[in-house]
Amino acid sequence: MINVSSNLKILVADRQIVRPGDILAIMEQKIMKPMYNPEKHVYIYEDKIVSAVLGLASITDNDVSVIPLEGRYFPKVGDTVIGLVVGVGITNWILDIRAPYKAVLNAGEVIENFSPITTNLRDYIDVGDYIVAKIAVFDRTRDLLLTVKGKGLGKITEGIVIEIEPSRVPRVIGKKGSMLNLLTSKTGCNILVAQNGVVWIRCKDEKSSEIAVKAIRLIESRAHMRGLTEQVRMFLDKELA
Amino acid sequence: MIEKPVLIRDDGLRHDGRKPEDLRPIKMQVGILKNADGSAYVEYGKTKVVAAVYGPREVHPRHLALPDRALIRCRYHMAPFSTSDRKSPAPSRREIELSKVIREALEAVIFSELYPRTSIDIFIEVLQADGGTRTTGLTAASLALADAGIPMRDLIAGVAVGKVDGVLVLDIDEVEDEYGEADMPIGYAASIDEIMLLQLNGVLTPEEFRRAIELAKEGARRIYDQMKKTLHDKYLRIIEK
Repeated sequence: MINVSSNLKILVADRQIVRPGDILAIMEQKIMKPMYNPEKHVYIYEDKIVSAVLGLASITDNDVSVIPLEGRYFPKVGDTVIGLVVGVGITNWILDIRAPYKAVLNAGEVIENFSPITTNLRDYIDVGDYIVAKIAVFDRTRDLLLTVKGKGLGKITEGIVIEIEPSRVPRVIGKKGSMLNLLTSKTGCNILVAQNGVVWIRCKDEKSSEIAVKAIRLIESRAHMRGLTEQVRMFLDKELA
Repeated sequence: MIEKPVLIRDDGLRHDGRKPEDLRPIKMQVGILKNADGSAYVEYGKTKVVAAVYGPREVHPRHLALPDRALIRCRYHMAPFSTSDRKSPAPSRREIELSKVIREALEAVIFSELYPRTSIDIFIEVLQADGGTRTTGLTAASLALADAGIPMRDLIAGVAVGKVDGVLVLDIDEVEDEYGEADMPIGYAASIDEIMLLQLNGVLTPEEFRRAIELAKEGARRIYDQMKKTLHDKYLRIIEK
């Protein structure tokens, strides 16, 4: 989409805190029309690449982008999300997935041979339930559609659910799942981190559950700092002893 | 009949001891409200303003939603206790005007096409008014938007230049506004060098106007730098803990 020339003068360091309007790099050519790149959270203005949000600069090879430190979850098709049921319709449920848009789960997804006349939706899923789902359809012209057809998807019936900042989700999962592996192996808990900042934790006892939650909160508050994996490892070793 | 106070003393200093190019002491903080997606508190001298941002979120009432971008709503309001005589809580014509003017300045920098059919609601509440409430409010709103993670082209710093006793002065307070000959608030996006808000109340010659704009931009740059530092320091606090 944006042709980045090989000669890029980069003005910021990797993991540096940047703010809207901060110039990240200077390019060789000038682009006449300002262009915004939503995935990288930067925009191009003349010959400058500028940060559009408050976040951490990410420098890879010869490419510059920003990892936002704040902001609500923005839906993407294929994302795993955990939604809270807030409404029951005649043929569907309405879920709050902490996004700017409400999500819809059609009854046909959950119930075989569904007929609005014979089935009472509340017998299956009611207001207040948490559902693990995937985003099936999202085009900006209409409401989000969710699907629960898949392994591990469906209504949550055990464990606890906590909410974290969606911008911290990549940090809680870690590079190639390293941080999440650390959490699950040390606490012995089953942890699912959904893209919309909701975490489902299933542990064998109350104590492990509490420690898992504390560890996640620790990661959430220090997401922008280096050496976090070590800090978390030390924290878990201390608490579980 | 109250006598006009001396605005420029014999030694060339203003009634509060400031030099013509001095800003008032400015305090800024972000993330001060638990419920808002983004928030900020800003003081220019004795003027105190809180700004809160909610969004992007679903638009209520639904028929106001725009199909291709986010609806930006802004409410500038003075608390009844913000002035020496109680101000009626009902929106005055001045508040409606300032809400519009601030909204238009922010609309010019927010990348609203990213969130169709949503609204971004900005609330600016003046807690104590001592001149420059719209510029303080614009600065606070800009910080709150960055705190909420909403993508923008740049931050906007607001500052007013006035003419008192024939002298151009920066960041006028209530006394200087009331008894001065001109009041020119501006909103300036320093990184992209664009003026987003410009109003003039009173009389300036074209030459005075040119000098006033330069003085205002210079003052706005200093405020802009402080805004950037405030956003950066939000994460430093966590490191210190």
